[in-house]
Amino acid sequence: MSIFYFVAFLSIFFALMTIFTKNPVHSVLYLVITFFTFTVHYILLNAQFLAVVNFIVYMGAIMVLFLFVLMLLNLNKDTEPMKSTIVKIMGTVAGMCLLVTFLGAFRVIEVNNEAITPHANIGLVKNLGQVLFKDFLLPFELSSILLLTAMVGAVLLAKKDTNKA
Amino acid sequence: MEVAFILEKLILVVIIFVITLVIAMYSTLAERKIAGFMQDRYGPDRAGIFGLLQPLCDGGKFFFKEEIIPAGAHKTLFVIGPVIAIITACISSAVIPWGQNLTIGDQVITLQVADVNIGVLYIFGVIALGVYGIMLGGWASNNKFSLMGAIRAASQSISYEIPMGLSLIALLMVTGNLSIGDIVANQSGFNWNIWVQPLGFLIFIVCAFAECNRVPFDLPECETELVGGYHTEYSSMKLGLYMFSEYINMFVSSALMAALYFGGYNFPFMYDLGLSENWITIIGTLVFFLKIFGFIFFFMWIRWTLPRFRYDQLMNLGWKMLIPLAIANIVLTGIITIVVDTYFK
Repeated sequence: MSIFYFVAFLSIFFALMTIFTKNPVHSVLYLVITFFTFTVHYILLNAQFLAVVNFIVYMGAIMVLFLFVLMLLNLNKDTEPMKSTIVKIMGTVAGMCLLVTFLGAFRVIEVNNEAITPHANIGLVKNLGQVLFKDFLLPFELSSILLLTAMVGAVLLAKKDTNKA
Repeated sequence: MEVAFILEKLILVVIIFVITLVIAMYSTLAERKIAGFMQDRYGPDRAGIFGLLQPLCDGGKFFFKEEIIPAGAHKTLFVIGPVIAIITACISSAVIPWGQNLTIGDQVITLQVADVNIGVLYIFGVIALGVYGIMLGGWASNNKFSLMGAIRAASQSISYEIPMGLSLIALLMVTGNLSIGDIVANQSGFNWNIWVQPLGFLIFIVCAFAECNRVPFDLPECETELVGGYHTEYSSMKLGLYMFSEYINMFVSSALMAALYFGGYNFPFMYDLGLSENWITIIGTLVFFLKIFGFIFFFMWIRWTLPRFRYDQLMNLGWKMLIPLAIANIVLTGIITIVVDTYFK
């Protein structure tokens, strides 16, 4: 349990660092470390497959693309658009509203200790695959259709320019 | 028991680490010797017999060179870049099975550091992480050429990870296992996976070349366009670390290809020669290293044979050739598996 608290502290610390650093590239790097602590959380929860997939997809692919875009844009403090005061106030109010919503939602949830210690081998690929393809086949297929739609949409958006030229 | 186990693994880790570094060291010599052979000249032959001390001289030179960090560079990330590159290169060898069990007295030693049940995915994760070293180094240098190299490295590594993963999926459909230890154990004798997955292996080896940034895919450090690519601003041991991580990556991906497709430590007629278990293990490990050296030679052979791709050609090959080919391979593997299972069993 003490490992959990240490890793949880690290997650929150690096998540805060992601928000508070001025340099966008540093921000992405802190986000990478935050995702790494999530991977450790998954391992602590016996979810090895989820851990390594989180590692590959988020740290290995999505964050590399984030970094790629930021490096390409080469954002500096000089080029950062100055946000007006009204935008800052609106952001603060919206954030507070989200916080209140979360607090309200969490107050209703009952803390159930049995759910925290699941079946020990549930995270192995074999068991996970059987659960996904037997018990949750419809939601799984639906989400794959969703992803396919998003992919087709992305290709369509990327192709738009070549038609004009 | 606990202490003995930890000690055993620790010794194994140290041995593998030393072997990896020595092989990486002598790969630099082998590369130049092979280049010399292919271009009909001698290669380095001044330090020691056949130039065998050349890697030591190079290492010493790296240590004594002046260390320069450019004034405009981001100091922390400039140092972290090569560190990440070398660490990710070294940790990927943890799940590779180097041999079968060795029995000394009543102690059974497995020649594999960690038989994780998701070994293939672990390797994938580490490979995906490796590109951060190049990206951070290139960006922190604050140099346009370095940045171009870093950006090329990022897009290249992302593009070639996809066909690599897809070709592995076809392999996993055949083996039905994610643990590299089990995949190798199932190829005993001459039942190597290359016989059932030739197309997958072809895709995998092309992607391995791209992930290691080797010619013909070494666009991130393309000298003719980008001075030195991502390591333009690096000098001294930091440059040495980048070079070293490239050779270690080459060694590990050779080991991976030998393990996944060429039977790892298995060799034909291994159980018919009447050898004891320990001898089979020792010969198997030697055979495994022989296969690895074969692949390392292949890497170098390609380097001194083929010219470099153009960048758009690289992207076209990755997205328009390899990915459709890999998907076709998956479909084909699925159909053949079902046909064989229903009609020939």
